[in-house]
Amino acid sequence: MNTIDVQLLESISRNVREHILRMSTNGGAFTGASLSCADILVYLYKHFLNVSPSSLYDEARDILLLSKGHDVPALYGVFAELGYIDKERLSNHLSTSDSIYWHPNRAIPGVEFHSGSLGHLLSVGIGMAIDARLRKLPTRVVVVVGDGELNEGSIWEACLTAAAHQVDNLIVVVDRNEFQANMRTEELIPLEPLAEKFKAFGWFVHDADGHNFEDLHQAFNALNLGKGRPNVLIAKTQRGKGVPSIADRADRWFCDFSLREVVELIDELNGRTTAELTSETLVVR
Amino acid sequence: MNPYEELLLRHCTMSNDVMVLTAENRGHMRTVPPMLGERFIDVGIAEQTMIGMAAGMAVRGRTVVTHALAAFITMRAYEFIRDDVGIPNASVLMVGMVPGILSDGNGPTHQAIEDVAIMRGIPNVGVFCPTDIDEFVEGMDYLITDGKPCYVRYIGLPPVFKHTEPFIPGLAEVIHSTSDHQVDVTILTYGFMARIAVTLVPLLEAKDLRVRVVNMRTLKPVDEQRIITEARNTNLLVTLEDHLQTGGLFSIVGEVLLHNHIQDHAPVMPIALPTWFRPGRLQEVLAYEGLNAVALAARIETFLTTISMKVSVHE
Repeated sequence: MNTIDVQLLESISRNVREHILRMSTNGGAFTGASLSCADILVYLYKHFLNVSPSSLYDEARDILLLSKGHDVPALYGVFAELGYIDKERLSNHLSTSDSIYWHPNRAIPGVEFHSGSLGHLLSVGIGMAIDARLRKLPTRVVVVVGDGELNEGSIWEACLTAAAHQVDNLIVVVDRNEFQANMRTEELIPLEPLAEKFKAFGWFVHDADGHNFEDLHQAFNALNLGKGRPNVLIAKTQRGKGVPSIADRADRWFCDFSLREVVELIDELNGRTTAELTSETLVVR
Repeated sequence: MNPYEELLLRHCTMSNDVMVLTAENRGHMRTVPPMLGERFIDVGIAEQTMIGMAAGMAVRGRTVVTHALAAFITMRAYEFIRDDVGIPNASVLMVGMVPGILSDGNGPTHQAIEDVAIMRGIPNVGVFCPTDIDEFVEGMDYLITDGKPCYVRYIGLPPVFKHTEPFIPGLAEVIHSTSDHQVDVTILTYGFMARIAVTLVPLLEAKDLRVRVVNMRTLKPVDEQRIITEARNTNLLVTLEDHLQTGGLFSIVGEVLLHNHIQDHAPVMPIALPTWFRPGRLQEVLAYEGLNAVALAARIETFLTTISMKVSVHE
């Protein structure tokens, strides 16, 4: 197992979180969900996925699909930090002059498939993974799903099909922040015992602390790829991670902050003062 | 092996990029699956998963032919078709089995009688409704090669009339015409009902009515020019379909005439399904619903009488 530079990864993650906060104004964004999967995406693009800005059209590249598409500010933040897109382009968020909005669009370099409606990209990922297998390519397909998204029946339908067809170059990552849009998952539609559910569907199940790079590194290196079953990694995360005044809160899912609040939240991200928030909470979409 | 299976085998042999998927629907292909090897995937009774998978394969360069009952592929998987096939304009063909009246004894859950309406409502997705196995296979040959997304109403019945045009999306064909000029009744139709229309012709002609029958073939794109021409060269335009009146050919004709500002068109008589049809054996269903040749002839004659009475009142 190769070593990782945790300090470098943490520094990239901090920048990604700043991008997320900067996109959470003048129309807003799904801030909480974006912050919860930021570390996972940074780890995957830096250390796991065999893809780079120069290999976006390489047939053998690895593929990441963001099935919980509303956390796309995290993905675009990673793309900006790793050179897939210019950082300046993020300021086009919600401008009709670009394709950067609340859900992923394939017009943005690095986006492999659009999403928005939940429960779609696991089946799309199965198709891509089988395609790669038939072409005898080393491609691995990673599908990031939200835990709330696991309410969708299409996820479990696809889980059955993936196991039946032994799609063993497919990895699902569950961003287990324990929230769905407005409520804690266990208060609305309980998912636990989640690992046992996937095991019962015939999947290899792994877990990790989704904010600990050493732990993520261990877990991704321990995947049972090519062993006849699909893999799922349940990553324990926190909604709003890194910004204490909005972390782990049901009412900070979609956020449209004032510019002053964004500046204060970035201060908070940097470990300085606590932000004073007066903007409207829980704008349900 | 039936002609459709031969077509699938031929395309999978010619191109490494063609895939055949089914949501456990194999009634029309019992022989070919083992011959297709790993290019054939049965996903189980999981229409959404099938469409998502097909879209994933399509954006990686494949053309994917998917199969399920018409009611389920169009409605269970509708949002997957809209989002994952329609939005990226993915090369996925959706073949719906026992569409329209052909679901005969299944009952309303299995009746795809709004399929044309909802599938033509998705940008990028075409709609093809063949009348027999020859037309189906010829159209599928074109569509698989073309690689544009399309919904297809499956039909495996042998031809009952001679096709007069090659299959091209948006090109209708005249399959019967008493006269090359003005006629009394022009029937625009598609799919299974075109087969009924040709049996209806002698009954109308026996009443000294000049009749033209047009097989629309594709409902999207639709042959607008043919609709306009026929609407101007007949005394009565009939739209005949095994589909709800809303959103099908009658609606399409209305849209075309309105959009093209056609004022001087003949009266239009819709013959369609008002609601779910009575399940049973096909011939009995057709009789019950007033959709066999004898019943249709009577309905059309009554309509003609009504409009001629209206004309005489105005005179």
